[in-house]
Amino acid sequence: MSDLAQSLSDTGTITWRNVTRLRRQPDSIFFGIIQSIMFVLLFAFVFGGAINVPGGGDYTDYLMGGIFVQTVAFTCATTCIAMADDLSRGVFDRFRSLPMSRSAVLAGRTFADLAFATVTTAAMAVTGLLVGWRTDAPVLSVLGGFGLLALFAYAFLWIGAVIGLSVRSVEVAQTAGLIWLFPLTFLSNAFVPLETMPSWLQPIAAWNPISAVVAAVRELFGNVPPLYQAPDYWPLQNPVLASVLWCVVILAIFVPLGVSRYRRAAAR
Amino acid sequence: MSAIQAEGLVKVFPSRSGEVRALDGVDLEVPVGSVLGLLGPNGAGKTTTVRILTTLLTPDAGTATVHGIDVARDPQSVRRSIGLSGQYAAVDEYLTGRENLLMIGRLYHMGSAAARTRAAELLAQFDLVDAADRPTKTYSGGMRRRLDLAGALVARPPIIFLDEPTTGLDPRSRLGLWEVIEGLVRDGTTVLLTTQYLDEADKLADSIAVVDRGKVIARGTSDELKAQMGGERLVITVDHGQVEAGRTILGGLAAGPVDVTEHTRTLVAPVEGGATALIEAVRAFDEAGVRVLDLGLRRPTLDDVFLQLTGHHAQDGSDEAATTSTTGATR
Repeated sequence: MSDLAQSLSDTGTITWRNVTRLRRQPDSIFFGIIQSIMFVLLFAFVFGGAINVPGGGDYTDYLMGGIFVQTVAFTCATTCIAMADDLSRGVFDRFRSLPMSRSAVLAGRTFADLAFATVTTAAMAVTGLLVGWRTDAPVLSVLGGFGLLALFAYAFLWIGAVIGLSVRSVEVAQTAGLIWLFPLTFLSNAFVPLETMPSWLQPIAAWNPISAVVAAVRELFGNVPPLYQAPDYWPLQNPVLASVLWCVVILAIFVPLGVSRYRRAAAR
Repeated sequence: MSAIQAEGLVKVFPSRSGEVRALDGVDLEVPVGSVLGLLGPNGAGKTTTVRILTTLLTPDAGTATVHGIDVARDPQSVRRSIGLSGQYAAVDEYLTGRENLLMIGRLYHMGSAAARTRAAELLAQFDLVDAADRPTKTYSGGMRRRLDLAGALVARPPIIFLDEPTTGLDPRSRLGLWEVIEGLVRDGTTVLLTTQYLDEADKLADSIAVVDRGKVIARGTSDELKAQMGGERLVITVDHGQVEAGRTILGGLAAGPVDVTEHTRTLVAPVEGGATALIEAVRAFDEAGVRVLDLGLRRPTLDDVFLQLTGHHAQDGSDEAATTSTTGATR
């Protein structure tokens, strides 16, 4: 077999292993789905009345882009914990003693978690539709929106993988994998419009990758009010391009970093 | 020809109080088809040695070849020739036993039919057929170890590394695993085995390297090591409150230091002259009025070897050490 064919075959095997593990823990899938439904309901009903959407749109429509992005971003905590768990159990020692591809363990992990993110995204979409989320964009555009969410989720899963390989213990991974996601997702246009933030905070939020992805998803789902003027920052003026670039940058940094961490990772 | 060869392996780990020299110049040679037992207490450097030889760690100095291949230069080829079964039993608890073996077969790039056949063979060989399609989290410790060892054998590697294969197992599972390992050796597999159990090295290994503080401090067959220790051991158990008196008397007769296990009131001393020494001891104890509850003469065990070489038991304070030093052939 060629190197590439071996890599793909190994990635397939590891993805199968991780998906099988997920399927055998239905409670974790169940709570993942409950969590996404809960987020949609809480934000839609609690914040729904308090926040004026610039350009005069419906908050549920505004919210869905933000909640989709937040939830898939949070999936990387799962990756982080799973990585730390495999590392501490000596599973990676076994893998590293096999003549298999070095990157397959991480690729197989991230692909499996992407499958998990797809399930939770579907649950959110259904909940959103039930509480009044509507999209009138063309089918291709909506599919593009979900495609962009998948790309973004995949890029973020690699960040989770790198953190999981760095912290070395499951207990630490449970916090370290999650804590940075709160400021990152809240310092963005995910739940409140950028225009309502203090002016010194606006550029930070505008250049937050989350904001670009949220804006892009809203645009692709046709959830941007017709009269809305995007703030004058390049990533928000060109959200789809900016999102793709952010994902490429994240992958370009965290894929090689993850693989090199994995090579050196040595459970004691 | 050597299956495994290591020269001057050094590995230094950073620690809070400076550096720890986990390996401080380890040389090893394992001929094809033989079993080397790496014997030493926790922290002696056994696992670090295995990790270097199985390409999981790179040494800071020294070279090693496995199956004739340099581990630093071509680790991927080394990985094709080895099987590793670690002390953690790295089986996936949510996969079934069969799935675990299938996964490993696929990662060795066996075809899916070949991987399936091999998994079935190994499950039968390791007496796991009934449990084959249950997730391994329902397995006992012994079953997990067997499965982990089976995982190391999937690709029929010529060289196998077993890092403390029986640590934490109950005696019955331990015996079962020994039989499996003996079977592998009969089929011509080269084995490097680490253990802190003297009886295990004694039973399984053709030759033994005693490791302490990152160095090989003695090597040879079990018999050679025992022969180096000279004469036989006089083992005497005395009555309550008479341990100190016994130590003094035995000190006068022994050819070396007297080892005392306080809680069993057992005294062990190397002696020369065999039966004569035994009679002398009985007389001396009798004259001093020290009551002897049990006495005997035995050949030195590997624990004696360890004690003499390092000044401490292989496993300080554990039950295992107590049993190995007090049982043994009493004549």
